[in-house]
Amino acid sequence: MSDTTTRTPTRTYRNYAHPLWRRILFTREMAIIALLVLVVIYASATVRGFGSPITFTYLILDVTPILLIALPMTLVIITGEIDLSVASVVGLSSVVVGTLTQAGWPIALVFLTALVVGAIGGAINGFLITVVGLPSLAVTIGTLALYRGLAVGLLGTTAVTDFPEYWTALAKSRFVGTSIPAIIVPFLILAVIFAVLLHFTPFGRGIFAIGLSSDAATFSGVHVARTKFILFVLTGLVSAFAGIYYTLRFGSARGDNATGLELSVIAAVLLGGVSIFGGRGALHGVIAGVLLIGVLGSALRLANITSDVINIITGVLLVLSVVASSLLAFLRTRRQKPKAATPVTAG
Amino acid sequence: MLFQKTVRGTRRRRAIGVIAAAASVALIATGCTTTTTSGSGSSGGGDTKNLAITFIPKNLGNPYFDTSDKGGETAIKEFKGTYAQVGPATASPDAQVSYINTLTQQGVGGIVISANDPKAIGDALNEARDAGIKVVTFDSDTDPAYRDVFINQATSEGIAKVQVDELSKQIGDAGEVAILSAAANATNQNAWIDLMKKDIADNHPNIKLVDTVYGNDDDQTSFDKTAALLQSHPQLKGIISPTTVGIAAAARYLSTSDFKGKVALTGLGTPNQMREFVTDGTVTSFALWNPADLGYLAAYANKALIEGTITGKEGDKFDAGKLGSFTVGADATVLLGDPYVFTKENIGEFDF
Repeated sequence: MSDTTTRTPTRTYRNYAHPLWRRILFTREMAIIALLVLVVIYASATVRGFGSPITFTYLILDVTPILLIALPMTLVIITGEIDLSVASVVGLSSVVVGTLTQAGWPIALVFLTALVVGAIGGAINGFLITVVGLPSLAVTIGTLALYRGLAVGLLGTTAVTDFPEYWTALAKSRFVGTSIPAIIVPFLILAVIFAVLLHFTPFGRGIFAIGLSSDAATFSGVHVARTKFILFVLTGLVSAFAGIYYTLRFGSARGDNATGLELSVIAAVLLGGVSIFGGRGALHGVIAGVLLIGVLGSALRLANITSDVINIITGVLLVLSVVASSLLAFLRTRRQKPKAATPVTAG
Repeated sequence: MLFQKTVRGTRRRRAIGVIAAAASVALIATGCTTTTTSGSGSSGGGDTKNLAITFIPKNLGNPYFDTSDKGGETAIKEFKGTYAQVGPATASPDAQVSYINTLTQQGVGGIVISANDPKAIGDALNEARDAGIKVVTFDSDTDPAYRDVFINQATSEGIAKVQVDELSKQIGDAGEVAILSAAANATNQNAWIDLMKKDIADNHPNIKLVDTVYGNDDDQTSFDKTAALLQSHPQLKGIISPTTVGIAAAARYLSTSDFKGKVALTGLGTPNQMREFVTDGTVTSFALWNPADLGYLAAYANKALIEGTITGKEGDKFDAGKLGSFTVGADATVLLGDPYVFTKENIGEFDF
């Protein structure tokens, strides 16, 4: 990647490509962000109560677990893998927090243990996928059941609800005089870390390379197995953190906490423009995708639309966003000049 | 190659963006058209006392809550309030929170809720109460700190006793029995099961409880658990299912199996769901209160709270339309009455 070798292609590229502002503006991510803004404006104008600051507070408190887990999930999906066990790790982490608090452990140690348990859960996924070489879909369907089983088994039919007031209050607290929940701070820190990791480091370029072609990435010197392993551990770790937040926010540690959350996370990541086949996606799109689903739910609930209809609308939105991109890809190949009708466009 | 791909990619992305945005906006626009019609309902609260009362069932599409909420609607129409029903599609512990928050934002007068978790929805309810909303729980209670009044369908002792008594009558007070419950952490089911165990141990020495299984209030799961139960316990003489979904699924399994008439089934069910099984002899009797009356009473209790007639103090009295007068008991609890036993003889009189 030295200057001399790339100069000529760069000039050719600049001559033919759209200007930089168009390349940044007309992306799938920007379409989702624009849609999010439109929905917010439309809902503020037409739905009674949506414009109040408390809407923002509740929205952030509700979607934070999804926002958090969507960060590492984006990276995992860009490598072409998937992690379906995240919600079960949330449940397991919640149960660990519950049982250890009940056993009288110091709270800092409780949180640390929960995080370690999450990281171990992620490492088991990573080991089975990268070392044993099993497909992530199969492995994480298995650990989805395994971790959930452990969580429900550990706590049985009971729920631990006795947590230090300071921490449960902190999980729901807002900055004084504002409606901004404090939980947004750890999220923003993590978002910056993951954005830098994905978009501005060699490690991140390796993630895209793996998603486009695992073999090509290997030959280019990317540590495919190590990269994937790290991503699964990170996913476990962040899911465990989401589990701690979840437990404190609801003040209730239960084995069935956050059941089904993995589908919300994956739906939001895909809506945010990440390709399920790997190789493309960006974090700002994913964050907008999570918020879009959250805002839609919030606005539709305020408008007294029933939960079934809300599910239908978010489902249709997701399908449309995927169908639209496939359909356009198909139309483009049809319109393509003969010279481009090479095997490249066959997919 | 790289160059070609990039150019194509950019154009494609732009086109996708435009179409996706257009399609989604159209979608949301249509979604929100319904808004205006249904949204106007909640704004119709009164000038002096806001009698907009919203029911939050454990989950939507549950016939039991459809009946109880219909009872609430009847009551609210009688005193000219505004009725609404919202709720999650699945009965997970935290799913009700966002609905409670939404009602707080909308500023309704009262919430009538059946809690999926005694604690997880507590903060949301207290925020609603801080905003002046009166909270009545029914069917499944929260911790008393989170609500103004709880409408108790029947005492737990009464419910446990009537089910054990009915089963004991049908199996000759001896033999192996099992319980098919709802979710493993359903507050009320677990309380009843504990009391049933105690009642069996104290008063029915020849009855042996061999298993408790959980159908999660899901028809198919309950159906499968019944089949598994009968397979793993061939000596089983009776099943108690203290949940309306469970007993109907179990009856459906029994009615088409060889165990029909041999294994007794009782529990808590609704007449409409159980009618065919009582008629064809699969089930001799089952018990319940009237959920419509329960919702009706909850609505009147909420009205009394909104109007300031009661505050939830023990001894407070209020009027509940056709059901007469009720008194608030200890722990801000109002008792509906004794459970009712449905049989072939009387089931025709009920339609819920």
